[in-house]
Amino acid sequence: MALTLAEKIFKSHLRDEPFPGTKVLDIDVVMCHEITTPIAINDLVARGKDRVFDPNKIKVVIDHVTPAKDTKTAQQGKILRDWAHRHQIKDFFDIGRNGVCHVLFPEQGFIRPGYTVIMGDSHTCTHGAFGAFAAGVGTTDLEVGILKGVCAFREPKTIRINVNGTVPEGVYAKDIILRIIRELTVKGATDCVIEFQGEVVRKMSMESRMTLCNMAIEAGGTSGICMPDGVTVAYLWPFISSEYPDKKAARRDFRKWWSDRGCSYVKVVDIDVTGMEPQVTSGYKPDEVKGVSEMAGTPVDQVYIGSCTNGRLEDLRIAAQYLKGKTIAPSVRGIVSPATPKIFRDADRLGIIRIFMDAGFCVTNPTCGACLGMSNGVLAPGEVCASTTNRNFNGRMGKGGMVHLMSPAVAAVTALEGKITDPRHYRKEKLR
Amino acid sequence: MKAFGGKVLFLDRSDINTDEIIPAKYLTEITKEALKPHMLEDLKGFDPQAPESRNARVVVTRANFGCGSSREHAPWVFEMNDINVVIASSFARIFRQNMFNCGMLAIELPEDAISSLFRHNDGTAEITPDFRNDTLTIISRRGRDTVPYRIAKFDKALVEAGGWVDFADAKY
Repeated sequence: MALTLAEKIFKSHLRDEPFPGTKVLDIDVVMCHEITTPIAINDLVARGKDRVFDPNKIKVVIDHVTPAKDTKTAQQGKILRDWAHRHQIKDFFDIGRNGVCHVLFPEQGFIRPGYTVIMGDSHTCTHGAFGAFAAGVGTTDLEVGILKGVCAFREPKTIRINVNGTVPEGVYAKDIILRIIRELTVKGATDCVIEFQGEVVRKMSMESRMTLCNMAIEAGGTSGICMPDGVTVAYLWPFISSEYPDKKAARRDFRKWWSDRGCSYVKVVDIDVTGMEPQVTSGYKPDEVKGVSEMAGTPVDQVYIGSCTNGRLEDLRIAAQYLKGKTIAPSVRGIVSPATPKIFRDADRLGIIRIFMDAGFCVTNPTCGACLGMSNGVLAPGEVCASTTNRNFNGRMGKGGMVHLMSPAVAAVTALEGKITDPRHYRKEKLR
Repeated sequence: MKAFGGKVLFLDRSDINTDEIIPAKYLTEITKEALKPHMLEDLKGFDPQAPESRNARVVVTRANFGCGSSREHAPWVFEMNDINVVIASSFARIFRQNMFNCGMLAIELPEDAISSLFRHNDGTAEITPDFRNDTLTIISRRGRDTVPYRIAKFDKALVEAGGWVDFADAKY
């Protein structure tokens, strides 16, 4: 029978089907951060079941509020840190080595095609970019994942998105996913995996594919997913080179996960990006998306570049191309948050950090911080933020604040002008 | 099994997200009890002091309830306020699973059935689910209706087991 990539993963990881339609899967990677894990840990301790199913399959990071901002966040970090040490979890990333989970863990090579991944974080869908089934779950699912290495799902249907055409200048993966969410709506992919296909996706870097998959949840999707190919092999090569004689062999092996010809999709959507404008959200829902020309001129108080959506080196590089040699509007607070120490270091080596600082940006340490209004750039009531993050919910970045989601390119030129601005009118400078 | 049923809080909007149910700034709490005063704090138009808010045991709402973050703090803040039932025309996947994982009820009804429940929104409505027979009864000054519902067998088993940890621990 012809299967989708997600169906192949379900088939290969099936532990049990306690009731028709409910599939309990073996989980390859259980990822933990300090916001949703401590209550699971405390509950396991209270039940007298302070155990982990396999310390090598558990990856732990303190990322949401780091360095700790107060006693409560310090306590959350301590619970996670003590637990990781207690159970000899070697992949534990504390301050100095920590970064935004959905950027750090792929960078460490933890995600492979065909894997099942869970985390107590809705943007876990990001890791589907590697051809994995990666789902955000709540604390109870996480707790069972930690203890037993399993998680239950209704087998998701797959929506296929074909992205074709010529990507216009000034248009990036973020614009394409915002356009797709507008098409699907905020609930259009509930209980579905969103499979990204088409020539545009095939040509995309892993960073861009992660940006696509990252926002699958904003359409309600369980996981984003991309076919693992030569781009995937190149990204993972430092971690898998001992497993394959050469890259070609790895590519051939990854192909076994590809959705079969003739597999069944619940929906197929064709997106032609030729002539598409950069996209910006207008309201409080991620499907309220307009072309940048409609939103141009909207004044902003803060510009934030970072997060698991757009805090990668590629994103910083795009923004820096627009910012080089210029300074941001005096009315704007610019904040850039490289998502991991490696990205910070690489951006520094490439002169990108210097460009941001010369432009007047504040460069923060890697953390989720402002994206969910926890630290490092919370808005005051009535303030507007142009942001490369993933959610424009009412109050998301601070009570009474307004968030407009956009690409790093739109965010950069918006910072220069102090109002939402179309990057297509700007010249990109060459970087070192 | 938890206690289900009682006075109804009607939330007449679709796409109510988890940030509106419990803002992220409270995610630094490490006990469920600490969440209690902050239920629906960022939901525009919600008055925590209104009697229908304070006495509610059931929430009735529209489509895509609980979208956004994976935070289980959303079901927990309801649980801490003695609301163990949410009825909507649809749920976001993670919120729905979190409810059942905690042994709480997330009941999906067709939109017209939800609208018929909203017709009882006169401040007196009470809902009693009959968990064994998969029906719920709403009573208000406007009358009484009984509506059948369907929940997945697995989700029903979780409610009976008191949640996913006990279920999984016994089985895997």
